[in-house]
This record gives sequence, structure tokens and C-alpha cells, in this order.
Amino acid sequence: MFPTPVEKRPRATQLTYQTFLPLALILWLLPLIAVAIFSIKPGADFTNANYWGWPSSFEGFSNYGKVFFESQMPRYMLNSVLITVPTVIGAVALSAMTGFALGIYRFRANLWIFFMFVAGNFVPFQILMVPVRDLTLELGLYNTKRGLVLFHIAFQTGFCTLFMRNFIRQLPRELFEAARVEGIAEWRIFWYIVLPLMKPALAALSVLVFTFIWNDYFWAVVLTQGAESQPVTAGITSFNAQYRAAYHLMSAGSIVAALPPVAMFFLMQRHFIAGLTLGAVK
Amino acid sequence: MTTATLPQSRVRRSWWHRNQIAVTPWLFLAPGILFFAVYVILPIFQSVGISFTQWDGLGAPEPVGLANYRELWDDPAFYTSLRNNVIWLLLYLLAIPAGLFIALFLNQTVTGIRIYKSLFFFPFVISQVVVGLVFTWFYDPAFGLLNIMLGWIGLGPINVLGDPAYVTYGIILAGLWPQTAYCMILYLTGLNAVNPELIEAGRLDNAKGWRMLRHVVLPQLRPATFIAFVVTIIGALRSFDLISIMTNGGPFGESRVLSFYMFEVALSEYGFRMGYGAAIAVVLFLIMLCFIAYFLWSMWREEQGR
Repeated sequence: MFPTPVEKRPRATQLTYQTFLPLALILWLLPLIAVAIFSIKPGADFTNANYWGWPSSFEGFSNYGKVFFESQMPRYMLNSVLITVPTVIGAVALSAMTGFALGIYRFRANLWIFFMFVAGNFVPFQILMVPVRDLTLELGLYNTKRGLVLFHIAFQTGFCTLFMRNFIRQLPRELFEAARVEGIAEWRIFWYIVLPLMKPALAALSVLVFTFIWNDYFWAVVLTQGAESQPVTAGITSFNAQYRAAYHLMSAGSIVAALPPVAMFFLMQRHFIAGLTLGAVK
Repeated sequence: MTTATLPQSRVRRSWWHRNQIAVTPWLFLAPGILFFAVYVILPIFQSVGISFTQWDGLGAPEPVGLANYRELWDDPAFYTSLRNNVIWLLLYLLAIPAGLFIALFLNQTVTGIRIYKSLFFFPFVISQVVVGLVFTWFYDPAFGLLNIMLGWIGLGPINVLGDPAYVTYGIILAGLWPQTAYCMILYLTGLNAVNPELIEAGRLDNAKGWRMLRHVVLPQLRPATFIAFVVTIIGALRSFDLISIMTNGGPFGESRVLSFYMFEVALSEYGFRMGYGAAIAVVLFLIMLCFIAYFLWSMWREEQGR
């Protein structure tokens, strides 16, 4: 193991490490801790310039209550869910198929198609913006959740294909070849042999795509406009405009908006990290 | 009846039987390719086409040849954005050594280290919109923590986001926070897979600290470093959310980058100049294409090596 484990170091080093660790963490998360403290302060603290002092009273419940019951926030959250969940299902389903095709079959165009997906995944959003917005308008899907979902599915398919294909490549080939010799139909190989083996990849991609889409801001701004379809990342800006200088409410709103991907990460940590490393680092 | 249809269906079945292995991958690929082509591949070419026109997004595009690119050539805002893009690219790469540093710091087995690792990773999971908001307050000249801390060491308040000299660096710092967390997790996973025997062999050869890191550990971390490079460069060139949230391109357009300037030109109060916006996007795309080509080339070499 590198660096040398602290247990093998002198006692003094161990103690230094163990005191340093929480300090470093607090320093690293300081901006977030500040927002968390802001979110439980009463509004009066900000008008009295008591920004960093002890909260004069605990207003956590009323602040978060306002976010949930007196603003559009629940609506934006619901929009985010209705955009994110179908995208995850769509992108994972499509890429399970493309990944299967590219991972198992050998044909001449294989690598070219694979590279098309990979290259498309790295393209800057701006080169797609004008035509995609135009297409969405023409389909009558501008300012709808469905328009956003369709685009997200298509774009995420690039990344997901990269991941799925590499994952399938690592499975033992003998499995499929044995099945083929047995005369099992190709789609059955996909459904009964490959898909069950891909469960870890499906889980990893699901959490990852969930986070990506939940946190998307650019496409939300380009393809949607109002509270009826905007996800929470775009909604938070209108929320903030509504509560300008009400830092306690803006903080509470931000924390609520940020929470679902955080919860997802803590629940599915192992899968999440496997996905982030693109399966290349184990 | 039955005798007439039987041979026919048998022929059909055997065609399917003979070509099943050749046809199946295309059936599986069809929906994915269709979606991807319509929403990603075609728009690239359409954008290139639009960049040779003048278009407000409503009427018919009017072909203007190279006029958009000529205008770009003399546009000071374009050069500001381009300069900022270069600064972003260079400084964003700091996330890689910073991430490695934190990963080495956390690669221990003391109690509770797993929780520490996940908490250090935290900033990456949060949306950039929230990160931008948090850092806007951190920099706030009236109450921001930054200025309070500067006050402790006797330095005057600076309005980071209001000062053309600091603004881009301030935003990049905010972006480095989640990006460093990403690189850290890549390296932590990589360090897990480092061969302990090689480390022991290095120790026997009296390699320590920096030399061990450079000659024994880093070569084994190459896959992690490659991915860290890819995601950091893509992230740097995609920077949009933070700029939009923290400064909206200001002050005086000094914090714009190409991706933001494009959006501003094509879809904001300055009017809908789709053609000009597309031209900016094409330039950004060409910059990205150099990196994409390099990434694909590296991947291709690895494929051949298998």
C-alpha cells in the first residue's frame, strides 16, 4: 500500500494524521457547512448583519416549510423526477442493446460505430444547441418535459454505450459461444445470459445518469421555460429571484435541490464509483 | 394449402437462420443509432450549415457565406472568451495533481476512513448551480467568508466576482472544487489496484516518498490519469453553468468563455443571432475535436493492443 499506512508510523505521526483528517474535511466542506447553517437561521439575522454568528433562533422547520409549502419548489422537484427517471430508463435500455451489439459481435463497422458514440459524447453542447432547439420546436415539444427527456436519452446513450460495451467485453466469451453452439436464438442470449450478468453495469449507469440529468442546467434553460416543465436546477434561479437577499430561504432551497443526487450517491456508492471510473480502473 | 406454404416458410426461416448473426447486431443497434444520429450527429452538421447563414430562428435562414466568421475575426468579445477558455483549460488541469494529493492523503485504513472518502467526494455530486451559488456567497464582498478570512491577515476586501482581473480565476476555483473531488475518486480507485508486491520491491530498493510515487506508483496509475485528463479537459471546455450562475458573463463580459458567449449571442436579450452563435460553436467544436481525436487515437491503440 502506498503511502505507508499510518499504523506503521510513529505514534506522533498517527496522532497528527488523526487530528488533521477532520480539520481537512471541515475546511474542504466549509462552503457547504456555511450554507447548511444559513438554512436554519432566521431571516432577521441577515438584516442585522449577523451572518456568521450563532443563529439567534433555530428556524430550520419554518425555513424548509416555506420552501416546501409556499414556493414552486415541490413542482420543480416533481418535474426533475419526471425528467430524470424516464431518461435513466431510456438511456440504460438503449445502451444495453447497443453495448451488447458492439461488445459481442464482430463486424467491420463495429469500431467505427463505437467511436461515433464515444466522440458524440464528448462534443460541446453548444454545437447541438441551435438544431436541437429547432427540432424540439418543430416537434411541438418545446417547453415540455418530453422534449427534454428525448434529447437526454439520445445524448446519454453515447456515454452509456461506451460503458456497457467495455463491460460486456470483460465477460467471458465462452458463455455466449457455448450458448450459440446449443442453438439458442441471439435475442435469447441477450435476454437470458448477458442481461443478468450486466446487473452491476446497469446499476452503475442508472445512478450516474440520474445524477447527470438531475444536475443538468444548460439543456433545461435551452429547452424549457416555465414552472410547468422546468427542472429544479433551472427552477432554483427563479426561486432565488423571488427570494432575493433572503439567504436563509435560498440556502434551504439549494439544499433541497441538491439532496436527491446526494442521497442516491450515499445509497449506491459502490455502483456510483464504478460508473465514474468508466470501468477502466478497478 | 399446407404443402404449398411449408417450403416457403422454411426458406424464410433458413435465411434468418443463416444470417441471424450478421443481422442481429444491427437490429440491436438500430434504436440507439437512430436517436443518436437525430439528436447528436446530424445537429453537428446542421450547426456548421447554420454558421454560414444569418438567422433569427424564426424566418428562413439567409446565406451569408463567411460573413459570420469574418465578424468573429474582429470581435473583441470572441478573443476575451477564447483567452478565458485557455485559462480554464490550463488551470482546470490543476484538479489532477490536487486530486492525486488528496487521494494519497486519504489512502489509509484508519477507522471511519470510508466516510471521510465519501464526504470528500461530496462536492462532485452536487449540481454546479448550487456550487456556483455557494461560491458566490463565499466571495461576497459584504459578508463572504473569503473576505472575513482575508481580514484576519489584514488584507482588504476584494470583490472577486466584480473585478475583471479576478473574476475568471474565482469561477475556476469554484469549478476546481468538484473536479478535484472527481479526480480524487479516480485516483483512490486506482491506488486500490496498485500492485503491493511492486511497492514492497521498491521499498527493498530503498525507494521512498516522491521517488516511489514517480517511478513505481504513478506508472501503475496511468489508466486513472488518462480518464482524469479526459474528464477534466471536457469539463473545462464545457464550463457554462458556473459562469451563468455566478456572473452571467460579467463584469463587462470579462468572464465569458466560448460556450457562454455562444449561448448569449444565440439566445438572450441581445437578440437571436443563431448564425453567429453557430459560428462560435463551430470554433469551440474544432478545439474540442483536437482532444476528441487524441482520445480516440489512444483508445484505438489500446484496442489494437488487446
